[in-house]
Amino acid sequence: MRNTAWRIGAAAAVLAMGLAACGGQSSTSTGGTTAAGAGAGDTIKVGILHSLSGTMAISEVTVRDSELLAVEEINAAGGVLGKKIEPVVEDGASDWPTFAEKATKLIAQDKVATVFGGWTSASRKAMLPVFEKRKALLWYPVQYEGLESSPYIFYTGATTNQQIVPGLDYLKEQGKKRIFLVGSDYVFPRTANKIIKAYAAANGMEILGEEYTPLGHTEYSTLTNKVVQAKPDAVFNTLNGDSNVAFFKQLKSAGVTAEQMPVMSVSVAEEEVKGIGVDNIAGHLVAWNYYQTTDNPANKKFVDAFKAKYGADRVTSDPMEAGYNAVYLWAEAVKKAGTTEVEAVKKAAGGIKLDRPEGAVTIDGENQHMFKTARIGLVEPDGQIKEVWNSGEPIKPDPYLKSYPWAGGLT
Amino acid sequence: MEAVVNQLPIGLSIGAVLLLIALGLTFTFGQMGVINMAHGEFIMAGAYTAYLLQDWAGRQAVLVALPVAFAVAGVMGLILERTAIRHFYGRPLDTLLLTWGVSLVLQQLARDLFGAPNVQVQAPAWLQGGIGILPYNRMFILALAIGSVVAIWAYMTRSSHGRRMQAVMQNRQLAAVSGINTGRVDQRTFFIGSGLAGIAGVALTLIGPVGPALGTYYIVDAFLVVVAGGLGQLRGAVLAALALGLLNSYAEFWTNASLAKVIVFVAIIAFLQVRPQGLFVLRSRALT
Repeated sequence: MRNTAWRIGAAAAVLAMGLAACGGQSSTSTGGTTAAGAGAGDTIKVGILHSLSGTMAISEVTVRDSELLAVEEINAAGGVLGKKIEPVVEDGASDWPTFAEKATKLIAQDKVATVFGGWTSASRKAMLPVFEKRKALLWYPVQYEGLESSPYIFYTGATTNQQIVPGLDYLKEQGKKRIFLVGSDYVFPRTANKIIKAYAAANGMEILGEEYTPLGHTEYSTLTNKVVQAKPDAVFNTLNGDSNVAFFKQLKSAGVTAEQMPVMSVSVAEEEVKGIGVDNIAGHLVAWNYYQTTDNPANKKFVDAFKAKYGADRVTSDPMEAGYNAVYLWAEAVKKAGTTEVEAVKKAAGGIKLDRPEGAVTIDGENQHMFKTARIGLVEPDGQIKEVWNSGEPIKPDPYLKSYPWAGGLT
Repeated sequence: MEAVVNQLPIGLSIGAVLLLIALGLTFTFGQMGVINMAHGEFIMAGAYTAYLLQDWAGRQAVLVALPVAFAVAGVMGLILERTAIRHFYGRPLDTLLLTWGVSLVLQQLARDLFGAPNVQVQAPAWLQGGIGILPYNRMFILALAIGSVVAIWAYMTRSSHGRRMQAVMQNRQLAAVSGINTGRVDQRTFFIGSGLAGIAGVALTLIGPVGPALGTYYIVDAFLVVVAGGLGQLRGAVLAALALGLLNSYAEFWTNASLAKVIVFVAIIAFLQVRPQGLFVLRSRALT
């Protein structure tokens, strides 16, 4: 009898702790809701769906933060169509079926006008059928592997010809012709590496090795040994999440320097540099469309506002900027359409051009991707990323790489 | 050929990491039968201890943190044992669910306290560099693992506390009627087991990420070592960790990381078919 009482007591205690933790989480995550303030009738609800727990939380929480900032700014400037935007924040929990489930909930139950969300391609692929079936709109803020163009998704991050191809162009220009590929074992790195191999074959580059590790993998000594033995000119890194920390720490302690073997990363931004430790990654290369140091007035405003809201020690990164842009681009499309109705917004979105922190961004109405400027950066000893090359003008998005002859066999 | 030879020290160092993370579990799981899913979060607590100590210990934080992390994680384990686990002894499935819940709560707590992104723990300058493929920080972890094993072995066999712990492990009822306060011994065992996780956490800051999800990356491997080694067997854990480290090293070298994981799992399943009790088994006349 006593035992049973204890069991119930302990279970209740755990439940209470769990609730307390969840409570703490939602009080931070709905910071924007109170700012929106207004009653239910005169607001426009939007969904914000990122992993706030689990292995991807490290990255996705930052995108949620910048999206909430955009909502707050737009509301402070009067909202859209005379209404305030009311964010409904959900946790995808780094679990792909949960993303589909929460997306359904946001659309069917909360009746949101649009959803901003996702990070991994797996989460996007899980949500895609939900949005297509229910004819709802998703704004996806992260660079990805291309070869997709859903009529119900707007892609505000880079597709391959705006990030990976420029990254390869840069390596080629620097005379780095023997490349080793390292990636996490899922759809983005595998597709990206297919593209890289096709590019290499057409451009006289040699691929010395191609290695994948499971997501969340932390043991890189064997892989480091393989890379060191192959002696490549450069490593092309498509690892995602926490694995990057282990990889760079272990590469550094094996004595590999950025001078002899630079690593070009496509999923390491300012936020990740902090976690990896500047010591371990300084001098290595990254490919994105935006850096905190990108020099223009819109970016200064974004960085200042972000730091004012979330703290001076926070940094801004490419996916955060793309998420921040997504909210503005959607708001602009709604204003142009005069309604939040999905088909009208989609129609109005094509051709919208805004001055964003990364420079000019234009929505390509045809494939719903963005014209974006590619930028190659070098990690500086202070943790910031210095731009060493850019494409000069925004590159037209080409998710299927139709304009590249060498990519003929890929799709 | 050089690459193949290189894999030997790499295998040993992987084994050392496995041993460090599993050592605490051989106590709590192996000796007390508590499936402690929060063990990974005690590792995480150790890592964050090193992070916090950086403020005044600077680059030597890793060294200073070793005893502090032992105490921090140990006290966390003690609290968990006193408030919850002790009411669940003999009910492994219930403790599994309970500690899994606790592990989620602790992860979220870390996220609220330290933020979701990883934090950085700077390695001491004297741990940078290495000999050939084996970095100094790996050797440090190897030394730490050896040191921990020796310390525990000495404690278990040379101190009266340790001998009481062994007595309780071998035959709880008989130990109790001989006048040993088994409740007190359980507390001590849990304190040491959790404390060892804290030490592992400090060591892991040298080679891996320091974030709220840290524990989840190592918990499965830790259980594998304990199960393969035989419950509560120090020498079993040492041998299993080394064997798994070497197997991992060569399997990954000749195939790839994903396949190496499969090979390790298949090997363990096959091994447990032949020896369900693990490498070593505790011989006891207790009626359990």
